[in-house]
Amino acid sequence: MASKRRGLPEINAGSMADIAFLLLIFFLVTTTMDVDTGIARKLPPMPEEEQEKPPEIHAKNIYTVLINTHNQLLVEGEYMDISQLKEGAKTFIDNNGRDPSSSENPEKAIISLQNDRGTQYVTYIRVQNELAAAYNELRNKEALNKFGERYIDLNKTQKKEIRKMYPQKISEAEPKNIGGDS
Amino acid sequence: MSKFRKGGEKGMPAISTASLPDIVFMLLFFFMVTTVMRETTLFVDVTTPKATEIKKMGKKSLVSYIYIGSPIKRMQASYGSAARIQLNDAFAEVSEIQEFIATERESRDEKEIPYMTASIKADETVKMGIITDVKQELRKANALKINYSTRKGNY
Repeated sequence: MASKRRGLPEINAGSMADIAFLLLIFFLVTTTMDVDTGIARKLPPMPEEEQEKPPEIHAKNIYTVLINTHNQLLVEGEYMDISQLKEGAKTFIDNNGRDPSSSENPEKAIISLQNDRGTQYVTYIRVQNELAAAYNELRNKEALNKFGERYIDLNKTQKKEIRKMYPQKISEAEPKNIGGDS
Repeated sequence: MSKFRKGGEKGMPAISTASLPDIVFMLLFFFMVTTVMRETTLFVDVTTPKATEIKKMGKKSLVSYIYIGSPIKRMQASYGSAARIQLNDAFAEVSEIQEFIATERESRDEKEIPYMTASIKADETVKMGIITDVKQELRKANALKINYSTRKGNY
């Protein structure tokens, strides 16, 4: 009877904060905020049985990059260090017919990449990275020229326009197995 | 003397901590919602290569990961040190990739399928042979959107 008069005793909520802190710290520790980053690429679809003949491409519009099993580069038939690849690709893409043996214009320029099965992945990624960098720099330059802003700051239609001028055409041939797999 | 000195004699009143749990709970809910627990345990060593021209990947729920690397020390006794593929929670053969992509597709909404990405998380030291095989299988499975997972950094 006595307790009824006093009503229910109040629960002490003083330790609530401690419990909440404990949970909070657990989630703080387990949270990973990092966003995955990477180089995005699109694979060509599997060739169909009855394929129409692909359009012919002038040999001068193709920039061949070969990587061998020792991670060495052969670009347009000549040995090249990987650090020069970006400049090489840029001059090829942006040639605009100046050099008759190089590409006609950026829209027609194609980079053909072929690697060996023994090539190290890190070299392959670096080559992909350098080629992407070449395109990005050219697009940036054009964007600054045309709109006075960097490529990433442009809006969608402007980006599309720049992309149309400098389409990123990197073709990958089926790899050869000269140097061996291991 | 001035208006402001009046209260000085009473001393500092204790700050009420009654709302502290509320504040902490608010933080707690924020972290609970944003946390993504790591689902897979890695059986392969993966140190992704560095690159500068990277892009952020979109929705995590639409990404299927393919790990490639040599097995971790603990597993080397039974699996050797040659590079292997890991899908979900187990080692896999190249031929299992098509099936993997099919099951990944089934668990997603139909509208989201075109936006699905296959992320290749491969170790720096892996040879291109195995990567090419994986890419070929992805082409066969018609999973054409791929992403080479890289870290940000210069050479």
